[in-house]
Amino acid sequence: MQTQNFKSPVVRWIDHRLPIFSFMHHELHEYPTPKNLNYLWNLGSLAGLALVTMIVTGIILAMHYTPHVDHAFESVERIMRDVNQGWLIRYIHMNGASFFFIVVFIHIFRGLYYGSYKAPRELLWILGVLILLLMMATAFMGYVLPWGQMSFWGATVITNLFSAIPFVGESIVIWLWGGFSVDNPTLSRFFALHYLMPFLIVGVVILHIIALHRFGSNNPLGIDVNGKQDTLPFHPYYTSKDLFGAVVFLTIFASAVFFYPNYLGHPDNYIPANPLQTPAHIVPEWYFLPFYAILRAIPDKLGGVLFMFGAIAVLFILPWLDKSPVRSGRFRPIFKVFFWLLLADCVLLGWLGAKPAEGIYVILSRLATAWYFMHFLVVLPLLSYVEKTRPLPQSISTPVMGGAAMAGSAAPREKPDA
Amino acid sequence: MTDTAENKGRRDFIVVASNTMMAVGAAAVAYPLINQMNPAADTLALASIEVNVGALAEGQAITVKWRGKPVFIRHRTAEEIAAANDTSVDDLRDPETDADRVQKPEMLVIQGICTHLGCVPLGQKVGEIKGDFNGWFCPCHGSHYDTSGRIRKGPAPTNLEVPPYAFISDNVIKIG
Repeated sequence: MQTQNFKSPVVRWIDHRLPIFSFMHHELHEYPTPKNLNYLWNLGSLAGLALVTMIVTGIILAMHYTPHVDHAFESVERIMRDVNQGWLIRYIHMNGASFFFIVVFIHIFRGLYYGSYKAPRELLWILGVLILLLMMATAFMGYVLPWGQMSFWGATVITNLFSAIPFVGESIVIWLWGGFSVDNPTLSRFFALHYLMPFLIVGVVILHIIALHRFGSNNPLGIDVNGKQDTLPFHPYYTSKDLFGAVVFLTIFASAVFFYPNYLGHPDNYIPANPLQTPAHIVPEWYFLPFYAILRAIPDKLGGVLFMFGAIAVLFILPWLDKSPVRSGRFRPIFKVFFWLLLADCVLLGWLGAKPAEGIYVILSRLATAWYFMHFLVVLPLLSYVEKTRPLPQSISTPVMGGAAMAGSAAPREKPDA
Repeated sequence: MTDTAENKGRRDFIVVASNTMMAVGAAAVAYPLINQMNPAADTLALASIEVNVGALAEGQAITVKWRGKPVFIRHRTAEEIAAANDTSVDDLRDPETDADRVQKPEMLVIQGICTHLGCVPLGQKVGEIKGDFNGWFCPCHGSHYDTSGRIRKGPAPTNLEVPPYAFISDNVIKIG
C-alpha cells in the first residue's frame, strides 16, 4: 500500500504516523472493481447498512428495556407508548431484522448463481455463512426479549432442539436455561448475548471484507479481471451506485416501518408469555421458516435437528461440492435451471414451514427437504462433470465493448469529469 | 548451551510440562465461567408443591405449575384406564405399561411438556383436541399421546414424563 499525498497538512501529518487515510483511500476510493457489476452487487453494502441500523437502534432500545420476566413485556410496551419516538426506534429494529435477512438472502442467492463461492473466494464464502449463523442466533435471542407468547414458546422449542443430542442433551438444555424451564435466568442471558453478538458479526464482517478485497468482487461473467481496462475505481462509480441502491432500499424499508410495521410479525407476541399455555399455532419468524420446515419434515427428533443444521452446514462445503470451473450461471445452461429450482424449493419450504404439520404439508415438506439436499450433494457434484458449459468471453471488456474489443485495445477508462 | 540430545529431551520436558499446566489453568478458569450458567442455588431450591386432588371428579383434569413447568393431573375414567391397559406394550415407541406410570390407576400425574420440543400439549380443558388416542395432542408438531401419556404418533421420542411424587394422604399429592 502506497501512502498518498493528501492536500491537507493535518491529514498528511496524521497519515505519516497512522496511515489510516491511505488505507481508506486504497480500499474505498481507488479499490479497482469490475466494471460490469449489476444491481445484485448492491446487496453487500445494503447488508452493512442494515447491520449498522440494527446496532444503533438496538443500543437505544437497550437504554429503555428491562430484561426481567416481570417487566420485559411492559417495558417494551412503554417504549411503544411513552418513550419519545420509541415506537419508531422499535419498529425500525423489529422490521430491520426482517430486512437484514431479505438483503442477506438475496446476497447469498446472488453468490450461488454467479459462483462467487468458487476459488479463490472459498473463505470469503465460508465467513459469509458464519455471519448468517451468527445472525440467526442473534435474531432468535432478540425475538425472545419482548417476552410475548411467541417469544417464550419460540425460545422453548429452539432450546429444546439441543435436548436431541444423545446423553448430554438434557444437561445442555438446563445449562442454557439456567433452570428447569425458560425463565428469568434465560431471559437475562439472552439479553446479554443479544447485545454481544452483533459486535461479533461486525468482527466477522471485517474479515469478510478483508477476504473480499484480496481478490476483489466476482462479477456477472464470473471471469477474472484481466487488467485496468476491466475495472473502475470504487469511488465515485460504486459509491454512487451503492448510494442509489441504499435510497431504494430505505424507501421500501420505510414503507414497511411506517405503514405495515406488524405485517411480518405475529399477533400472538402481543400476548404476555404464559408458561402454561402454548399458542395453538406456533411458527417462527418468516426467515426461519424454511429451516423449520426441514426440522418438521423428519419424523425423528435427532434426525430433524441434524437435517436442519445440515441445511446450513452444507453451505460451508459448497465450494468443494460444485467443482465446475465456470463460475457464472450465465454460461451454465443446466445449472441455471437447477438454480431456479433450488430457489423455488426454498420458497416452498418457507411456505410449508408456516403450515400445520399434517397431511399433504408433511409429504411436501419431505419432498422439498430431500430436493434441497439433493441439489447440493448430488446435482452440483454431478453437473461439475456432465454439464457442457457455454464459451466464456475473453475478458470483461469484450462483451461490454460489443465483442470487437480485445483485452488490450479496450477503450480507456473514462474520467469522472470527462 | 549445547544442543545435545540430553538437553533436547530436557527442553521438551519443560515445554510439555508448562503447556500442561497452562491447559489445567485454562480449564480451571473456564469452569466457573461456564458453570455459572447452570441453575443457581435459589432456582434449585424451588420447593416441592402439594396438591389437593380431593375435589377432582372422575374425568376432570387440573394443571399445576412445578419448577416453572405444567404438571397434568387427570382423574381418569374407567374407560380411559381400560384403554391404557389394553394397549399392547410391544407396539409402543417407548414401551411402558400403564401400571408402571401410576401410583393409583385413577390418578395420572405427568409432566405436561411434550418430549419433542417442550410445548404444552392440549387435552386438559374441556373441548380441547385430545388427539387420536383420547389423551393429549401437541399442536406444535403433531404428537399424539394416549390416556396414559404415552407417545403413540408424531415426532416425540418418549412418553410424557412422570415427575417424582407421592401421596401424602388419600387426597394430597406432593410433587417434587
